[in-house]
Amino acid sequence: MSVLDSKIPDGPLKDKWTNHKNHINLVNPANKRNIDIIVVGTGLAGGSAAASLAEMGYNVKTFCYQDSPRRAHSIAAQGGINAAKNYQNDGDSVYRLFYDTVKGGDYRSREANVHRLSEVSGNIIDQCVAQGVPFGRDYGGLLDNRSFGGVLVSRTFYAKGQTGQQLLLGAYSALNRQIAKGKVTMYNRHEMVELVKVDGKARGIIARNLETGELERHSAHAVVIASGGYGNVFFLSTNAMGSNATAAWKIHKKGAHFANPCYTQIHPTCIPRSGDHQSKLTLMSESLRNDGRIWVPKNIEDVLAIREGKLMPIDLSEEQRDYYLERMYPAFGNLVPRDVASRAAKERCDAGYGVNETGEAVYLDFASAIQRYGKQEAAIARMESPTQEDILKLGEAVIESKYGNLFQMYEKIVAQDPYKTPMMIYPAVHYTMGGVWVDYNLMTSVEGCYCIGEANFSDHGANRLGASALMQGLADGYFVLPYTIGDYLSNEIRTGKISTETPEFEEAEKEVSDRIEKLMNIKGTKSVDHFHKLLGKAMWEYVGMARNEEGLKKAMAEIKQIRTDFWNDVRIPGDRNSLNPELEKAGRVADFLELGELFAKDALHRNESCGGHFREESVELDGEQKGEAKRNDEDYAYVAAWEYKGEPADAILHKEELEFKDIELKQRSYK
Amino acid sequence: MDLTLKVWRQKNREDKGGLETYKVTGILGHYSFLEMLDVMNEQLIMEGTEPVAFDHDCREGICGTCSLYINGEAHGPDRKVTTCQLHMRMFKDGETIYIEPWRSAAMPVIKDLIVDRSSFERIQQSGGFVSVNTSGNTQDANALPIPKMNADKAFDVASCIGCGACVATCKNSSAMLFVAAKVSQYAYLPQGQVERKQRVLNMVEQMDKEGFGNCTNTGACEVECPKSISIEYIAKMNREYLSASITAE
Repeated sequence: MSVLDSKIPDGPLKDKWTNHKNHINLVNPANKRNIDIIVVGTGLAGGSAAASLAEMGYNVKTFCYQDSPRRAHSIAAQGGINAAKNYQNDGDSVYRLFYDTVKGGDYRSREANVHRLSEVSGNIIDQCVAQGVPFGRDYGGLLDNRSFGGVLVSRTFYAKGQTGQQLLLGAYSALNRQIAKGKVTMYNRHEMVELVKVDGKARGIIARNLETGELERHSAHAVVIASGGYGNVFFLSTNAMGSNATAAWKIHKKGAHFANPCYTQIHPTCIPRSGDHQSKLTLMSESLRNDGRIWVPKNIEDVLAIREGKLMPIDLSEEQRDYYLERMYPAFGNLVPRDVASRAAKERCDAGYGVNETGEAVYLDFASAIQRYGKQEAAIARMESPTQEDILKLGEAVIESKYGNLFQMYEKIVAQDPYKTPMMIYPAVHYTMGGVWVDYNLMTSVEGCYCIGEANFSDHGANRLGASALMQGLADGYFVLPYTIGDYLSNEIRTGKISTETPEFEEAEKEVSDRIEKLMNIKGTKSVDHFHKLLGKAMWEYVGMARNEEGLKKAMAEIKQIRTDFWNDVRIPGDRNSLNPELEKAGRVADFLELGELFAKDALHRNESCGGHFREESVELDGEQKGEAKRNDEDYAYVAAWEYKGEPADAILHKEELEFKDIELKQRSYK
Repeated sequence: MDLTLKVWRQKNREDKGGLETYKVTGILGHYSFLEMLDVMNEQLIMEGTEPVAFDHDCREGICGTCSLYINGEAHGPDRKVTTCQLHMRMFKDGETIYIEPWRSAAMPVIKDLIVDRSSFERIQQSGGFVSVNTSGNTQDANALPIPKMNADKAFDVASCIGCGACVATCKNSSAMLFVAAKVSQYAYLPQGQVERKQRVLNMVEQMDKEGFGNCTNTGACEVECPKSISIEYIAKMNREYLSASITAE
């Protein structure tokens, strides 16, 4: 086991980034024109990085599997983006955002990275406004904020429930400007299927043109992976259907360590599952917890009556309801962090209080918010004695203006009107904090290969706070990578154009071609989805919201078996030389089948509970925190970075010890 | 419910294509339309037939990838939804459903139900941006107040998902609603003022070059738009275009 060098700069925490930037090597503008960079993925991280690098003068080639960079799954982020602007005068600061993020991540993230993230957060908002991103504003024309889980200030900027869309379209517009100038060459409907290394350095990729099936060689002086998270290893998640881990997994197999795969975020407010044919789960933004109150009935008889349709939730009086988050966590109430809210929902449902047929749903209720806003609006409108009807109408209008699109989404899926009856929600896989290990410069353990956004592991520890994913994606892409990559590329100015007619490229292409040929020739009896669903089931059952040693061992064995079956019995119709969605899926599922096993292995080795990783063996047994997750800082305050060695079960562990110099490690308490 | 599906099949860009008939059974009302197609495809795979290729990704109505023309309507019979948000409870047992790709010369079919929307990309590249580089020294976000009404209107048009339903549903294959949305967003914001005239001229020029038709005010696009973008913005774009044509240098 080696020690990883995270290359964190010396000096006091608050000066690290400034000093580092001031001493980083630069590439002169004339030389930038001779340097090529590949960016894989066009979400907030990839899109913003590609645009910024091109603005600086580098030649950028960008790849996405969608038909347009604007469709990357960042587009689906709803609630908002954090920034330490302190516009609300509520005591926010760079330090507080940093502190909240480290605490929210259950003290498993890298201090220096998180502080840098907080430092640049304000710039992101400035930059996005300058691009024409239409954030929500108040009547004075200034930017409005809302609150998210796990914090006591309002620092979240938003554009209704479509913040991710607006931010991505901002990055997309910056990217378009560079495409028009010829500084970015955009490859839509292309998937990266292999990393090419020359003399130990990342020098290019093999990409498959998804329309023609052709394999293409692309060379560059550096390769940036911004391909998002691996939540789809669970089959059902809030990720897009095409979201995949292939690019990240390919670089892992070529030497990039994969860190903390077991840190996965199960988001508390998603629309519950409806049946076996469901293809994905839909998130209802955490911002709803600003105004929604979560509850289940107090009495089990009421639960049963509701399930049988004999009782409606609105018929239950306040006394008959258990607002369990407000009861258990009075300080944070409905705005506890995601991991805490999810486990509480699971606990109530496991105890038999789930309110739908599957027993896996709790209520998210807006009735009191509608009343509150209705009264407020009536007062503003100087109505003397508003009727209950007036109040409801006014209150619903306020809710509509805040969350209109989310309520409409809910109504279309569930066929119930959430203005009139509480929403039903249940936790679902949403985000992966783990990912490719990177140093302070965001370089992976392969020289010249960088990883940014959700695809890397660096900033969120064991649990991500709401509205921090957008912040990290754009921080990496706009304000971190464009600086740090220069340090490496300053040594590349004499390299010259990199040829793709070399044995390394040839070998990589052959490797890919053989793999595709092998898949096509299995000609088995089961579809790709069949295996993906089996994998998802094993993951959810044993590596889901609660994990234990026995289950995790079982998961590893089961996933290995599914993988063997997949390679013996998968059926991929069509051919490899045309658009073939089944072949695309097969390649991605093949990678998930390896990643899933490493995921379980990581969860097994980490015999502590922290953030989204909850080990049943590690809970507080008494005191005020009884039943809460129990962290073990003595043995596990490190990043687990796994080195690929063939079978996922044989992966070798490298530890990066986490040092907390500015923050005292404490048990997280939201009570 | 049991359904008969008449699905457009086309091998590639060159192929002529035609409708094929498939049957699916046991579909429940809470399936989304795309989950129904998943069932059909699983069936085709088991029968040894190549499944039907269709575009889809987020399946929550925001990425704008899905694009089906269902029983003669873009995104099917429901309103304010994309195909992925369309649910089978909108259909009746025994019904025959026609499923076709978008049809427009500027959006050719690539395969089966998948079309090439790169014309939209080129329109955006011709001017759909504010020319501002990434900079750590941009002025403070609150330095320039924007009237709430303008910010809200800019947001309303910016919610366009670029799916192409407006084009598919228009008898003229016009992309005016799509282009109007982007032009209007920046026209409402102070940040968009500097390039305001050149932007509308360039984007309209590119739109025409791509072969999209003109607007004859039938309003079909507004009805089918999953984000309910109003055709009043087409009027706004026309105004922008006219004033830019007269006054631009």
